[in-house]
Amino acid sequence: MKISPSKIISLLFFIFSGFYLYTAYQIQVFTFDENAAFNAKTFPIYLGYTGLIFSALYIILPETRPSKVNLKVLDYKKTITLVILMVLYGLTILRVGYFLSTSIFLVLSYIILGERKWLWIFLLSFPFVAIFMYLLHGLLNIYLRDPFLQYIGVMG
Amino acid sequence: MIEGILIGLETAFSLKNLMMVMIGCFAGTIIGMLPGLGPMTAIALMIPITYGFEPSTGLILMAGVYYGAVFGGSTSSILINAPGIPGTVATSFDGYPMAQQGKAGKALAIAAYSSFAGGTIAAIFLLIAAPSLSKVSLAFRSPDYFGLMILGLTAVSAFSAKGHFLKAMMMVVLGLMLASVGQDTLSDIPRFTFQNMNLSDGISFVLVVMATFAMSEALTIIFKANDPTRVAKQISLSQLGSIKLDKTETKKMVTTIPRSSVLGFIIGVLPGAGSTIASFLAYGMERNFVNDEEKQKFGKGSVNGLAAPETANNAACSGSFVPLLTLGIPGSGTTAVMLGALLGFGIQPGPRLYQTNPEIFWSVIMSMYIGMVILLILNLPLIPYIARVLATPRTFLIPLILFFSVTGIYLMSFNNFDIYMMIGIAVVATILRLYDFPMPPLILAFVLGGLMEENLRRSLLISDGSWTFLWDRPLTLIIMMTILFIIGWQIYKSFFKRTTT
Repeated sequence: MKISPSKIISLLFFIFSGFYLYTAYQIQVFTFDENAAFNAKTFPIYLGYTGLIFSALYIILPETRPSKVNLKVLDYKKTITLVILMVLYGLTILRVGYFLSTSIFLVLSYIILGERKWLWIFLLSFPFVAIFMYLLHGLLNIYLRDPFLQYIGVMG
Repeated sequence: MIEGILIGLETAFSLKNLMMVMIGCFAGTIIGMLPGLGPMTAIALMIPITYGFEPSTGLILMAGVYYGAVFGGSTSSILINAPGIPGTVATSFDGYPMAQQGKAGKALAIAAYSSFAGGTIAAIFLLIAAPSLSKVSLAFRSPDYFGLMILGLTAVSAFSAKGHFLKAMMMVVLGLMLASVGQDTLSDIPRFTFQNMNLSDGISFVLVVMATFAMSEALTIIFKANDPTRVAKQISLSQLGSIKLDKTETKKMVTTIPRSSVLGFIIGVLPGAGSTIASFLAYGMERNFVNDEEKQKFGKGSVNGLAAPETANNAACSGSFVPLLTLGIPGSGTTAVMLGALLGFGIQPGPRLYQTNPEIFWSVIMSMYIGMVILLILNLPLIPYIARVLATPRTFLIPLILFFSVTGIYLMSFNNFDIYMMIGIAVVATILRLYDFPMPPLILAFVLGGLMEENLRRSLLISDGSWTFLWDRPLTLIIMMTILFIIGWQIYKSFFKRTTT
C-alpha cells in the first residue's frame, strides 16, 4: 500500500502536535496560578489537542483531492546547494562582515543558477552591495558592523 | 467625518507620503508582475524598510505596494498568461486572448481603468462604512472577538485552498503554535523556548512572513524550474498596440464596473473570501448579465469579461480593509501582514483606532485614492517599459530575493540565529507548499495568535472558567454557529466524496 506524501506530512504534524502538547503540559506556572481559570499553559494545551484532532482527521479521512507532484522534474541539486549557500551566508555575515559575505553569496548564487554574464554578475554583487550599504548608512541611519571593511580601513 | 478626511488629506499629501505612495505603487507593480510573487511577498519585502518610518508613512507605503502588486499581477496575466497572484487568474481568461490578438495595450488599459474605478468606488464605500462600523464594533466584547477570530481563520481555510480544508486548518494550528513561542505576555513565563535566549522574545513576525512567502516562493521557483507545465512564456514587448479605447468599449465598461465594484467590495469585507473569489464571481455574474452575442466572446477577448474581474479584485482589496480597520481582525493573508506591521509600529487597529489615531485611519483611506490615481497616470503609460521586468532572468532575480529576505531579517536582529531559523522555516514551507498546504492561513493565525489568547483569557476569567461564554450572548452564538457550520460542511464534503466514489 502506498501512503500519500500529504498523509505522511499529516502524520509528522500529528507527532509534532503530540510533542507540543507534552511540552505545553511541562510549562511551569506560578503556584497561585495553577488552579486559575486561565494560565500560561491553557491556550497551548488547547492548541496541542486541536493539532492532534485535525491531523488525525486528515490521516483517517479519504483524500478528496490528492496533491500530484512529479518528483522527477524537481531540481533538488540547485535548491539544496542554494540552501547550503544561505546557511554559509548566515554563518559568515557576522564574522567576515556584511559587504564581503553578501557579495560572495550573490556571485555564487548567480553562478549556481547558471548565469554566465560576468559583467552583470559583477555589477549586481560588489558595487550593488556597496550602494545598498551606503543607502542604509546614509538614508536610514542603520549601522552594519563589518570587520572586513574595518580591517581594510574603509569603515571606522 | 469631514474633519477626518481633511486630516487624512493633510497627512497623505505631505511630500514624503506622496513619494512613498509613488515608490510603493512602482515597486509593487514590478514585484506583482513577476509570476509567483504576489502582494504578500511585496509587502513582506517592504516591512523592514518601513520600520524606520512613522506608522502612517509606513502604512501608506504598504498600501501603495498592495495596489501596485495587484495591478502588476494583472499585467503578467494579460501579457504572458502567467498570473502573478490568484486574484488575477480570471483576468487572464479574456486579457490574454486579447493580447494574442495584438490588442495587449488595450487590454492593459481596460485593466487599469477597471482597477481604478473598482478601487475608487470601493474606497468610497470604505469611507462611509468604516467609521459607522467602528461605532458598532465598540459593542463587541472579548467572547465576540475570540469567536470572530476563529471565524476568520476557518473562513480563510475554507476558501484559500479549495478542497484542502484540513490541510489549511493544520496550517492555522501551526501558525498559532509558532505564535505561542516566547514569554507569556501576562506572567512572563517562558514557553517553548528550550532555554534558548533567542526565543524568549518569540519568533519575529517579519521572519515568518519572509520565510513562508518571499524565501519559500523563490525556492519553489528554483525547485520547479524544470517542470514542463511551468515553462515561461515570452511576449514581444514592441507589439503592445494602442492603449486608447473606442466608444463601444467604454460603453461596455461603464455598465460592468458599478455592479462588479459592489460585488467585489461585499466579498472583500467577508472574512476569508478576498480578491480571488471576488474576481471569479464577478466574471461569472457578468457572463449572466450580458447579451448572447457578447456571451459568445467570453474567453476569447471580451471587454466585459476583462473589466469585471479586474474591477472586482481591486474593490475586494479595499473591502478587505474594513474588518482590519474597524475590528482589528484581518480577513485575508495580505491584510494579516498589514496587521502584523501595524502591531510592529505599536498600533492596535480596531474600533478605537478611529478615535486614538485618526491620522492613520484617514491617511490610509486617502492614500488609497492617491495610489489609484498614480497607478493610472504613472504606471499605465510606463507599462511597456515596466513590462521588461518580465524579461529579467530568473538567475538574477532569485538570488536578489533571497538577499533581500536575509538582509531584512539581519537588519532587525543582527544575529545568525534568526537567519538559520528563517532558512529552516522556508525549507519546511517549500515542502508544505509542494503538497498544497496553504501558507496564508498560517500567517493569519500567527498574527492573530496573541490577540486570540488574550481574548480567550479575558472571556474565561469573566465567566470563571466556564465555556458558556461561547453561547451566552446571541452575537457570540451566531458567530459560533457559523464556525461550526463551515467546519462541519467542509468535513462532510470529504466524507460524502468517499461514499459516492
